[in-house]
Amino acid sequence: MSSTFDTVASIIAETCDIPRDTITPDSHAIDDLGIDSLDFLDIAFAIDKAFGIKLPLEQWTQEVNDGKATTEQYFVLKNLCARIDELVAAKVA
Amino acid sequence: MRPEVFKMIDRVVSIDPSLQKIHCQGLVPEESSIFEGHFPGYPIMPGVLLIEAMAQTTGWLVLARNRFNKMPFLATVKEAKLRTFVLPGQNLDLYSEILHEGSGFVVAKTQAMLEGKPICSAELTFRVLPWPEGKMKPVVMKVAEHVSFPLADFTDA
Repeated sequence: MSSTFDTVASIIAETCDIPRDTITPDSHAIDDLGIDSLDFLDIAFAIDKAFGIKLPLEQWTQEVNDGKATTEQYFVLKNLCARIDELVAAKVA
Repeated sequence: MRPEVFKMIDRVVSIDPSLQKIHCQGLVPEESSIFEGHFPGYPIMPGVLLIEAMAQTTGWLVLARNRFNKMPFLATVKEAKLRTFVLPGQNLDLYSEILHEGSGFVVAKTQAMLEGKPICSAELTFRVLPWPEGKMKPVVMKVAEHVSFPLADFTDA
């Protein structure tokens, strides 16, 4: 988890020009860090490459739009990192 | 090529079987209304339209990858380089290669060549979305026929 978070935080800091020390596991990418959907494409590209996965952004967006999930479940960084770890584990399995 | 109506591609030359690369061509016309302003007495292709030509090249590849079930919309232009002037009468070879296909987006590396020399390049990101309501899909499919896009190979019956 911690190394996943470090990688993700570094990606966000570099992609969005956000000071690294302001990014915490409890940061909400949209509400706290002000990342918009276009910047999040860059972040998703970098995360996909770094972890060898494909973040299911379309599915997440649909779930949020349908009221089946909250943005916190996917865009608070500790939760995002947990999803990444799950995707990496599923890939290895 | 009819740049005044954003028809930047004349012909899809080839799409590789793995759907990673595409080659298109576009002949810059001798005359176009865009040259009245760009520039008076010195016609050169606007750089933004060269980027548009590279985007449309990539667009045909993304349409092929999605079998025309979704439409790519240009979202980000990075590292755009315009190396030399492009003049009326010059025939561009346009190439694009997929760098990454994510969920709902595609990133591609694209470039245009003139007689084997690179003249412009960029990294482009597209959102890949459901077709909007209305006429867009049938119109794009009609354009596909005009640019020799192999529709039979890349659409569902």
